[in-house]
Amino acid sequence: MKQKNVLEYLEATVVRLPDKVAYADDEISLTFSDVYHHSRAIGSALLDKGICGEPVVVFMPKSPKTIATFFGCVYGGCCYVPIDPEMPRFRIELIFKNLEPKAVICDRSVMGELETYEFSGELMFYDELIKTEINDAALAEVREHQIDTDPIYIVFTSGSTGVPKGVVACHRSVIDYIEQLSEVLGFSEETVFANQSPLYFDACLKELYPTIKFGATAYLTPKQLFMFPVKLVEYLNEHKVNTVCWVVSALTMISAFNTFDKIKPEYLRTIAFGSEVFPIKQFKRWRAALPEATFTNLYGPTETTGMCCFFRVDRDFELGDVIPIGKPFHNREILLLTDENKRAAQGEVGEICVRGTALTLGYYHNFEKTNEVFVQNPLNDRYPELIYRTGDLGKLNERGELIFVSRKDHQIKHMGHRIELGEIEVNVNMLAGVSMCCCLFNKDKDRIELFYTGEIGESELMTVLKDKLPRYMLPNKLNKLESLPLTPNGKIDRVFLQKQLEAKK
Amino acid sequence: MEEILEILQEMHPDVDFEKEQHLIDDRIIDSLDIVTLISEIDDRLDVTIPAEEIIPENFNSVKALSELVRRLDEE
Repeated sequence: MKQKNVLEYLEATVVRLPDKVAYADDEISLTFSDVYHHSRAIGSALLDKGICGEPVVVFMPKSPKTIATFFGCVYGGCCYVPIDPEMPRFRIELIFKNLEPKAVICDRSVMGELETYEFSGELMFYDELIKTEINDAALAEVREHQIDTDPIYIVFTSGSTGVPKGVVACHRSVIDYIEQLSEVLGFSEETVFANQSPLYFDACLKELYPTIKFGATAYLTPKQLFMFPVKLVEYLNEHKVNTVCWVVSALTMISAFNTFDKIKPEYLRTIAFGSEVFPIKQFKRWRAALPEATFTNLYGPTETTGMCCFFRVDRDFELGDVIPIGKPFHNREILLLTDENKRAAQGEVGEICVRGTALTLGYYHNFEKTNEVFVQNPLNDRYPELIYRTGDLGKLNERGELIFVSRKDHQIKHMGHRIELGEIEVNVNMLAGVSMCCCLFNKDKDRIELFYTGEIGESELMTVLKDKLPRYMLPNKLNKLESLPLTPNGKIDRVFLQKQLEAKK
Repeated sequence: MEEILEILQEMHPDVDFEKEQHLIDDRIIDSLDIVTLISEIDDRLDVTIPAEEIIPENFNSVKALSELVRRLDEE
């Protein structure tokens, strides 16, 4: 019978490999048996309290215990909402306000933190919950009534306006994603992950679910190690990590400091990356250091459950090239739609839209925002069919590979021209003396400003750009910085830079 | 030592760097700060910090950082 619940992965694996380590960090290690029993106890506890079919906040730092709690919520017929105490305060407040959760599960260690927030739900403690007597009958009853479009999690993503939106995902789209991703990246029982992504982003789906599907192992890399490249690689070697799915900035931190001169990840064979453009200079260093490894670029918004496109690097890239985002996983379609809502022609830029089971259910308690982006397929006037408008622009290259161009809302009007700020960035990023850049528009002053890091000086950069860009695309001001601010997700924090820009006199 | 203090103070004017001995452990400075620090030390003091020296022990206090820079400068 077809799989309808993500927990079926765990149930099959615990029979085969009960004592194998599933998730581990520096403090605790949980086997599949531990995860199975703890999560069933947590599910039973929720049912004891009459909490079912509700979002349950999991207010815990990153830990194997937190993952068991996620599954516990799903056992209880609820959906988990991960909140890490390290998240910015205002964001946590907004999430509590949007959700009004009936229950919050936490660790004693973060009780103090939690008490500073306002909510009226039931407060439950992990250490007590796992001692609950497992109620097999009640859990079976929940499973009997569960269907594959029931929600599993709500993950909050920033809107471009800064107000977080809760993306609700169900069993069906997660199962479909995990099946496709696992096939493309070749996961197996031998896979050893080092997780980098926080548990409150859907990026962690890549480690969480394949681990229970295959009986693999996922190490939760201590965050501190991402500051210390040699220690990070030592950690990878110590645990014989063979697979990483990280944001680009975590990978470039290692290569930028010439870490490979000193030490290499000996066991790493599968490297997947995404969320940001990979600077070619750094990418070449990785390829040179690990010639046996496969490198795969992944793209996809949270709203379409994890990633939706992939590109397996199969050739060399030179400075000035852009690594494509490739093509959709099986069972997804990508539509490139022009402003006139027609399919973009070969080489023409269009908005990247996603069609298929991958679509999540929408935003929690926000029908208005949901209906703005989960819309009727404009190419279909015959029956209801949803697509998700990503707000990203892309085009197909001559090989038929999808290339990310820029965010749609980075289109500006300046000196009478419609300009993609992304296009200016692409051109600047091609230059050897530039590491990273971000191009912003100050509407009030009608000025384009570029923030960048790299060796090249401001005045020299301006001279070079005058040759490369049409007059109307030249930034009015160049700002060389030591480093660009990053969001918790590892992307350039454009919102922060924009605020700084607008605050300047 | 003076220049290191100056660099740190510019980044976090609210911190008493002469007193703090656990900049990393107490999360007073973060990964972005490390990148900035390494960059500034390279630019202003002409000292390049190699990957193997990017460890918590060298960054936990102004004294540790100054020691590192002095040692690298002499090599």
